[in-house]
Amino acid sequence: MTTLSPINSSSEEKSEEQVVNEQEHGDHRLFGLAAFLVADGMTFAGFFAAYLTFKAVNPLLPDAIYELELPLPTLNTVLLLVSSATFHRAGQALRKDEAKLCQRWLLFTAGLGLAFLASQMVEYFTLPFGLTDNLYASTFYALTGFHGLHVTLGAIMILIVWWQARQPGGRITSENPFPLEAAELYWHFVDGIWVILFIILYLL
Amino acid sequence: MTTASQQTHQSSSGSLQPKGWLKYFSFSLDHKVIGLQYLVCGFIFYLIGGSLASAIRIELSSPMSDFMARDTYNQVLTLHGTIMIFLWIVPVVNGAFGNYLIPFYVGARDMAFPRLNAVAFWLIPPAGLMLITSYFITGAAESGWTAYPPLSITTPAAGQIIWILSVLLLGGSSIFGGINFIATILKLRRPGLKLMQLPMYCWAMLGTSILVVLSTPVLAGTLILLSFDIVAHTGFFNPTLGGNVIVYQHLFWFYSHPAVYIMVLPAFGLVSEILPVHCRKPLFGYSTMVYSIMAIVFLGLIVWAHHMFTSGTPPWMRLFFTIATSFIAVPTGIKFFNWVATLWGGRISLNSAVLFSCGFIANFVLGGITGVALAQVPFDIHVHDTYFVVAHFHYIVYGGSVFVIFSSIYHWYPKFTGRMLNEDLGRLHFLLTFLGFNLCFAPQHWLGLNGMPRRVAEYDPQFTFINQLSSIGALIMALSTLPFLWNVIQSAFKGAIAGDNPWEALTPEWLTTSPPPVENWTGMAPLVKEPYGYGIKEESIQIQSPDISDPENNKQ
Repeated sequence: MTTLSPINSSSEEKSEEQVVNEQEHGDHRLFGLAAFLVADGMTFAGFFAAYLTFKAVNPLLPDAIYELELPLPTLNTVLLLVSSATFHRAGQALRKDEAKLCQRWLLFTAGLGLAFLASQMVEYFTLPFGLTDNLYASTFYALTGFHGLHVTLGAIMILIVWWQARQPGGRITSENPFPLEAAELYWHFVDGIWVILFIILYLL
Repeated sequence: MTTASQQTHQSSSGSLQPKGWLKYFSFSLDHKVIGLQYLVCGFIFYLIGGSLASAIRIELSSPMSDFMARDTYNQVLTLHGTIMIFLWIVPVVNGAFGNYLIPFYVGARDMAFPRLNAVAFWLIPPAGLMLITSYFITGAAESGWTAYPPLSITTPAAGQIIWILSVLLLGGSSIFGGINFIATILKLRRPGLKLMQLPMYCWAMLGTSILVVLSTPVLAGTLILLSFDIVAHTGFFNPTLGGNVIVYQHLFWFYSHPAVYIMVLPAFGLVSEILPVHCRKPLFGYSTMVYSIMAIVFLGLIVWAHHMFTSGTPPWMRLFFTIATSFIAVPTGIKFFNWVATLWGGRISLNSAVLFSCGFIANFVLGGITGVALAQVPFDIHVHDTYFVVAHFHYIVYGGSVFVIFSSIYHWYPKFTGRMLNEDLGRLHFLLTFLGFNLCFAPQHWLGLNGMPRRVAEYDPQFTFINQLSSIGALIMALSTLPFLWNVIQSAFKGAIAGDNPWEALTPEWLTTSPPPVENWTGMAPLVKEPYGYGIKEESIQIQSPDISDPENNKQ
């Protein structure tokens, strides 16, 4: 609020305009991203609701293949949760202007994300059912696939952030942390969705 | 998405954009240009959708299917519904007037995310073109705007997939717009302007945008699953493969019932702006209006299954959704009585804007009453899927939203162009529209009660006369567009010069030049604390108050 005081001295028109522009250029991009993630979350909510309804009311949903192998998805859950923590560390390092450390944590995070995708791929190839085999199989692949798409985009984002966080030369610094913060918020969102997905799809 | 581009967008939108007419055909970042782009683009689609409606009414003026083939009728019907909802009403009541007015109302120089705003608009023309050209290339979708499976997975796939793709694009556009409105209203308010001092349209747009952000993604997800069913032959909604069509209906109506409010809440807001200006009275019951909007937003999200009373819904579900739906009549009724109370005892100038607004109030009450009737299960089972439903929702979306769109065009045209519209042509337009609309849709209540099913090209010959009456109404509606078109085109060049504030209104968009400069105001944005302070003593109205160092004002 202190920045607004120059408006009072209304004789200086230029400073007035500057202040108004600053006010309007306030950075609301994270807010916008958060609103978008709410929307994105509603897409997942729709999928979850569809799956749970199918499961509750549809007699043709085969019971036999409910018994999914748990070790691989559990490993996946751990990978994503750890990657959320490492991304957080990358953000901390950036705020302390430690570009090298930040980059190292980012690379580690991207590696965990790619490991998740690889592990998901292994699961897909070892499952005894395909996309169109039955309703359960279709729902399984739609849910995990839509989430996997999010992880893929996230991993690409992290690699871009990693490249832009290099110093000297990168655009992401402690003065301009938005790209990193945006990717981080998105990544936490994707991880949170996975935890819900893991509980609904594998544990319930 | 970079800071650098954020910092330069303001200046670039001023200097690097093409001037004059050309800017309306470019990727402009100016919220006023984008708003008019939405409006004109939407109106072109309205003319196309209206021609399709005329074709439907021509077909229905005789009991047999003689004007067009049955599957052509289905395509025309689908295109008419989709175009009118997704390409005319939703973009215009939200995108057009929202973009033009919201930055003024919050005292900003542009929307929160100008680039995203332009992207949201430019998704619409390609989506609309795709949808319409599908008719000529592959045949358009045939399953109605609801695209219920199994109908949508058994009709020709190409048209249906194109329909899904264009609705996904339009949904994306809608979501981007919604995010932008929420950020602009909550974050870009001028210092010193409190939420409860905002003009009512801001509240309407805030509520609408919340609905858009919460419900549109569910439709997108559902349509993605539906496209899997069509393309990859999965069985989500295909009973022969173990799927469940009712799940589609639930997910579809979780968006499409709020979509009714996405179309009509902004119209509520616009009427609340127009009436006080022309009645020279404050808006009656500002705070109850705000709470009503928020109540409608909340209730609008939990009533969707009233569209599915005949889909084998269990009794507890029928009970819940009947009660919840009936509740919506309360906040809606509050708003209706507030408008009437605003008119009551005012010095009303009966110009075209007010005529259309009053037409809206009259039509909307009728649509609201049939809506409450339809919420009751026994009645709904009787008239479900008949012309009674067609009459009901046209009273809401045409008698409601479209009347308000016309009213708003008459009200804000002087601000858009700097010139007045011709009042005589405007009154003629209103007369034809009001008569044509009621002649077209009022008889359809009777048709529905007597069992004429909707969406079918042929009907029992006993309904012929009433259908012909309805078709004459449609013809009058089609004709009513002509004086309007002539008026807006001719007045843009030869209309009387409007001046900055021809209505002597108090809301901020009138406190600048007509048309406004690129950044809305040459100096500071005015602080309007009483947007409806008509008839109140002059000195108590604060319009231009640079003194925002007052700590009381600075609290946000």
